[in-house]
Amino acid sequence: MTAIIDYGVGNLFSLLSSLEAVGAEAAVTSSPELIAASDRMILPGVGAFGDAAAKLGVTGLGEVVKEQAAKGKPVLGICLGMQLLFEQSYEFGEHKGLGLIPGSVVPVSGLVPRGYKIPHIGWNALRIRRQSPILKYVKDGDYVYFVHSYAAVGCDGYVTADTEYGAYLTAAVGDGCVYGCQFHPEKSGGTGLSILKAFTEL
Amino acid sequence: MITKRIIPCLDVRDGVVVKGVNFRDLKTVDSPVRLAERYSGSGADELVFYDITASAEGRRLFTDVLRETAKRVFIPLTVGGGINTTEDFDRVLKCGADKVSVNSGAIKDPTLVRRAAALYGEQCVVLSVDVKRVDGRFTVFSRGGRDDTGIDALEWIRARVNDGAGEVVVNSIDTDGVKGGFDTELLSVVCDAVNVPVIASGGAGCYDDFIDLFRKVPKVDAGLAASVFHFGTVDIRKLKEKMRENGIEARI
Repeated sequence: MTAIIDYGVGNLFSLLSSLEAVGAEAAVTSSPELIAASDRMILPGVGAFGDAAAKLGVTGLGEVVKEQAAKGKPVLGICLGMQLLFEQSYEFGEHKGLGLIPGSVVPVSGLVPRGYKIPHIGWNALRIRRQSPILKYVKDGDYVYFVHSYAAVGCDGYVTADTEYGAYLTAAVGDGCVYGCQFHPEKSGGTGLSILKAFTEL
Repeated sequence: MITKRIIPCLDVRDGVVVKGVNFRDLKTVDSPVRLAERYSGSGADELVFYDITASAEGRRLFTDVLRETAKRVFIPLTVGGGINTTEDFDRVLKCGADKVSVNSGAIKDPTLVRRAAALYGEQCVVLSVDVKRVDGRFTVFSRGGRDDTGIDALEWIRARVNDGAGEVVVNSIDTDGVKGGFDTELLSVVCDAVNVPVIASGGAGCYDDFIDLFRKVPKVDAGLAASVFHFGTVDIRKLKEKMRENGIEARI
């Protein structure tokens, strides 16, 4: 069973539907017991980093994710959920993340040339940088759907795919059992579903 | 490279798709869920659902359609029509919408965009504007293009983007339903005025209208249309092939 971690941010309806569409058993949950009993975890998220990090702290679910990941349970962070895997973010001040992957989160506006629109919204091509189990069905150049104004940096050793937007932005990361996608696999058509399928096969 | 998006728009009333010509003379087309699946399968990059219902029963049917679509279609869904409060945002987001488009609701309450962006994030708030030339000036119209608000369109768009609108849909009343091509003059001016994605709407009648749009207004991000897709005049897969032949980045 895949546990979709519900810590009070974002809309999990599409994510649950997309997992059902690839034939995976999934549950939206905030129960530490259910998360502990799950085979893998998805950390979703939309909105502001500071708010989300605070909610992970208050609910204790951040610690649950860290404990389970330390035991080798696969975790996939999506969008803001991926950004929360890093050590810190500079979105409206400085906030601590879960620190599961080295690196930090900074504004896209400081990474791309002037004239590029912020947020980076739309379908962009993946450039595969490293083999990753969750990208096993994905080909170089496949398109996925992005919506973000912040991006992960300082994580070069863990980038499994990036995308060109005037500069190369981190699109997917992986370190052991910890995975992340900046884009939304649940909104990226067949390519996105194939990534979720690969994750649920771990 | 980020691609130019092609977005079919489904006007839904009482659970079925309708398309107005110049916002009048509505005509039933097909089941929204079936159409949405067909468009997603043929390469649509996103779908827009406009709720043009007035009754509570129609609104319930609309959210049923939305929920059913979100269970089967895995591309971004934008919902508009009748969005007047943050509770309306909440209602459609819970049924699977990814983005919510506000039009007359923002005119009635100019604080709506700011409040919704703070609650749900800028990426979630789409400003939709119906624009018409009045005495040579781009002017905002409300209530589906019926009322002249007298508001200058560029000032309005800039202000709402400052408030946190993450994307802007620009619908030209002068070209809508005429099928003579997008309003490239208006779109160029809007693209120069803001630094968020701009979606062109109103006027698509054939393949070349989309090619023209992306050539004449390179900064525009997407083309939105309804009847040319519903009636099969333009096939999305073929359109994307033509875009690529013309050097326009498209997802196939």
